Amino acid sequence: MTDISNLDTLEAEVRSQIDGATDEAGLDAVRVAALGKKGSVSLMMRELGKMSPEERQVMGPALNGLKTRLNEAIEARKSDLEAAALNAALASETVDVTLPVRPGPTGSLHPITQVMEELAVIFADMGFAVAEGPDVEDDFHNFTALNFPEGHPARDTQDTFFMKPDADGMRKVLRTHTSPVQIRTMLEGKTPIRIIAPGRVYRCDWDQTHTPMFHQVEGLVIDKETHMGHLKGTLMDFIAAFFETDQVEAQFRPHHFPFTEPSAEMDVRYERVGDAVKVGSGDKWMEILGCGMVHPNVIRNCGLDPDEYQGFAFGMGVDRLAMLKYGAPDLRDFFNSDVRWMAHYGFSPLLQANLATGLS
Amino acid sequence: MKFPLSWLKYHLETEATLDEIAEAMTMAGLEIEHIDNPLERFAKFSVCHVTEAVPHPDADKLRVCTVETVDGTKQIVCGAPNARTGMYAIYAPLGAYIPGLDFSLDKKPRKIRGVESQGMMCSAKELELGEDHDGIIDLPEPFDVGTPAVVALGQADPVLDFEVTPNRPDWLSVRGIARDLAATGIGTLKTHEIEDIPGSYPCPVEIKLDAADICPVYAGRVIRGVRNGESPDWLKKALKAIGQRPINFLADITNMISYDRCRPLHVYDLAKLDGPIRARRGKGEADRFEALDNKDYVPGEDMCVIADDTHCLGFGGIIGGAYSGVSSETTDVFIESAWFDPLITRATARATGIDSDAKYRFERGVDPASPKAGIEQATELVLKYCGGEASETLVVGETPAAPADIEFPISEVKRLTGLDLPRAEIIRILETLGFAPKGEGDVLMVGVPSWRMDCSQKADLVEEVARIHGFDKLDAVSLPRPPVRREAPATVMQLRARHARRALAGRGYSEAVTWSFCQSGQAKLFGGHGDGLELENPISSELDVMRPTALVHLLTALQSNADKGQDDPRLFEVGPIYLDDTPKGQRLVATGVRRVEAGRHWAGTRQPDIFDAKADAMAALAAAGGPVDSLQVAADARDWWHPGRSGVMRLGPKNVMAEFGEIHPAVLKALDIDGRVLAFEVVLDTIPKPKKASGLKARAQLDRADLTPVRRDYAFLVDKAVTADTLVRAARGADKQMISDVCVFDVYDGKGVPEGQVSLAIEVTLQPRDKTLTEKEIEVIGQSIIDKVEKATGASLRG
Repeated sequence: MTDISNLDTLEAEVRSQIDGATDEAGLDAVRVAALGKKGSVSLMMRELGKMSPEERQVMGPALNGLKTRLNEAIEARKSDLEAAALNAALASETVDVTLPVRPGPTGSLHPITQVMEELAVIFADMGFAVAEGPDVEDDFHNFTALNFPEGHPARDTQDTFFMKPDADGMRKVLRTHTSPVQIRTMLEGKTPIRIIAPGRVYRCDWDQTHTPMFHQVEGLVIDKETHMGHLKGTLMDFIAAFFETDQVEAQFRPHHFPFTEPSAEMDVRYERVGDAVKVGSGDKWMEILGCGMVHPNVIRNCGLDPDEYQGFAFGMGVDRLAMLKYGAPDLRDFFNSDVRWMAHYGFSPLLQANLATGLS
Repeated sequence: MKFPLSWLKYHLETEATLDEIAEAMTMAGLEIEHIDNPLERFAKFSVCHVTEAVPHPDADKLRVCTVETVDGTKQIVCGAPNARTGMYAIYAPLGAYIPGLDFSLDKKPRKIRGVESQGMMCSAKELELGEDHDGIIDLPEPFDVGTPAVVALGQADPVLDFEVTPNRPDWLSVRGIARDLAATGIGTLKTHEIEDIPGSYPCPVEIKLDAADICPVYAGRVIRGVRNGESPDWLKKALKAIGQRPINFLADITNMISYDRCRPLHVYDLAKLDGPIRARRGKGEADRFEALDNKDYVPGEDMCVIADDTHCLGFGGIIGGAYSGVSSETTDVFIESAWFDPLITRATARATGIDSDAKYRFERGVDPASPKAGIEQATELVLKYCGGEASETLVVGETPAAPADIEFPISEVKRLTGLDLPRAEIIRILETLGFAPKGEGDVLMVGVPSWRMDCSQKADLVEEVARIHGFDKLDAVSLPRPPVRREAPATVMQLRARHARRALAGRGYSEAVTWSFCQSGQAKLFGGHGDGLELENPISSELDVMRPTALVHLLTALQSNADKGQDDPRLFEVGPIYLDDTPKGQRLVATGVRRVEAGRHWAGTRQPDIFDAKADAMAALAAAGGPVDSLQVAADARDWWHPGRSGVMRLGPKNVMAEFGEIHPAVLKALDIDGRVLAFEVVLDTIPKPKKASGLKARAQLDRADLTPVRRDYAFLVDKAVTADTLVRAARGADKQMISDVCVFDVYDGKGVPEGQVSLAIEVTLQPRDKTLTEKEIEVIGQSIIDKVEKATGASLRG
């Protein structure tokens, strides 16, 4: 007959089997032998029905307690065995973590396009849109409409590239400046106008600071009240934003451009720091751009009345701005596609020039 | 334009320093390019007094001199034959750089044959202050010891060089510069009236203007009995200072007056003239003449010549002929002071390639009222220095009309510049510049001086007023922001470029910016340059046409990088290509190149192939907003692509959006490029314009199925000519509602696949929406897929 003391013996026996199990299968066999349908504990529980109520009152809870304890012991052992197995497996899965990773080439964006994006951001904040026009231009847009009279010596200053004349003797030019975009924008007739026009321009010249192709950005404001003081203010605001400094000292000098009247060149106070410049300090002046009030003839050539409409225009070299800000000494390198130069002077594609997180 | 300070001061009464004058010029728009100030350049050299010169104990040709210098008494060993006691010479201290010898003296005294020498006394040539090197400078009169050398030598005059803008021919005259400076308030313009010199006989040379449109007015006079010869020192010095070589007096005064008043003149040898002088159009070969530059010219119909009955005597306003030029033997002269049309002057100079001071002035516009004054100024000087007897001055023709008066509301100054200037100041500025403002009210009538043909309207006067008042006094006013927030200003194309660039840089490509032009031979490899896109004046024969593709530069850049040891560069450019010479012929293209280069890595590497190029092209296109899902891909890329390993992406039958693949080996060979190259070109203009957003940026409701998708695999045996794309489209079309994806997971044509066929295995994803699919339903869809594929491609399900 079953009694309590037998249960203790059985428990001790099964526990020792649980502890002795070395893997999950062995442990499962122990579980089946004790708690399975025909397991030793299960068989004893089946006997409960045959017992007197008194006996049952004692043995019932005892057997249930045993079953619970053994189940817990099996679960605990199972978890230990799993941990041990995992540890054993992991122990064999080591690598030399100092080995190099698979190479992923890093791309970059060109300083010219970076600077163009900076310009777009700065001027967008002042209400300027970005306009564009073709590189192969006609005489009208590049010269005549901009008040370069036919045969005037001012045309000589432009070192123009000409295309071979067509059957009618007409010859196109490579635009010598981005100013034709002014004409194209004004001819659309929608006022007021605030645009910048960055792009490729071409002049027949090649040395350390001149390449036959380079980049300019044009600015144009046409409305009914913008005067030369606004021009000065806008450009000083621009220089401060672009060179990221609050100390801008600028000098406006009279100059001559056929398409502006009055015309000026702007110099900024600077000092050299390596190949870059620091704007706002130092004792030198650097010419940085040409500008002026849009010439009444130009306004007229675009079908507007210069007594009603007025405004300013300016133009500056994008490549030069990039050289000055980022300290690239030789303009020719900008167009050489040398990957070492690109890696050094290029910009991450994750960078998006903006006023909240900075230009670069 | 160069001029010595003393010449300026001949016209300008001023106490201003050189720096102040330079600053005033710059701020008035006369941009200083260079100032040569001998006082600075020769600052180390000064007058010394040799109190004793005795023979060197050890050398016959050397003398030991005791010299009073600015640095005290010095002992100087000197080898000059003329070194003597009592002379005043020029002293160079130890350490000084001697320009004529191009070396610096030692900083410490040196012993010469045992005797210490504590400096140097210089010859004119050693200082580059003259040619003389027979001995040291021996000043003809005593000077205070320490007087700057250039002062003692009379060579202290600074020379200013500035940029003359093409609108201001009057700045090509020292008097014109002085006038602008006087207006700035730095001094006053001296009068120097040019007086008429009466003649004692009528001008014996008749003047005929046969082409009044190109030479409307001509003044001439004869002077007989002149003695031509060397110019006086002041004139020679003035000419040398502006970089002119003195020739003889008659030639020199024409040059001087050209710079003094922007008044070019010409002097003829009267003995060579035959009949009336004519200003007329050229007559071709009949007018062939040798000019003063010793070259022959044949004046055409569109050029202006001066001629007599037998000879063409020169191009009017450009250059004279050798035949009638003056020499030191000339005794009787005819002086010409005329006005030539700027356009014809410029056209003639351009056609003949002649550059001269006269041409430079006439093409910009000489004061049309100046011919008479020019001839009187010349006459006065000729009579004074060469003697002779002058005829009367003969002026023929009509002076071109002076610029019209300008109606000038003074409010224009404020309107265009923001400057609020008193009326009196505006009038003062205009008057000192030579303008004649009239009227009492707010609107002036402003007379324009004859030398200011650049001024024709109100804005021109505003510039004069603002320029002289000073641009530095303009208030900088920030541009008021536009009243309403507008849409983001970037255009669709700008955004496409911006996003494509970032996509490609993110995929490991470095952005290049390459020339818009290329070599015609290389362009030919890519279909040749477009119509009308050959340059007439290329910077080099390597860059003589507009590029039809950026590939040409990117490919060569791959090789130049490889040559420098950069094996696997990946380059891209988002830039223009040019198909024809119209604005529409310019396209914006994202182009990328990389080599077929596996590289080496311990974990193994994969050689890139056409599908990498395809992926890059699609990434650029997708980033730019291109419809990558509805593209048709075919294998008919143009000739410069590898015929088997390249493709084209189209939208619809015609719109080619991209090409990709390997570059044709023959093209690479022609460009001297080693190995294989993958490339792509995505034409950003071809992307259809996005539909205009309706205002709100809210997205459509998310359609997200809750049920688990079911995946089934099918393998087909299909003819090799059938593209995978055709098969996938057929499978997809079997049940557009249910099939959410079809992907090719295996392509096999080895053992077990009949010759000429390929096994394509696809995985089809079914996405149930309302209820879980039963096996039966899945089977029905599967059968439909098989049927569709078989029908569309002739494929059979692989058993």
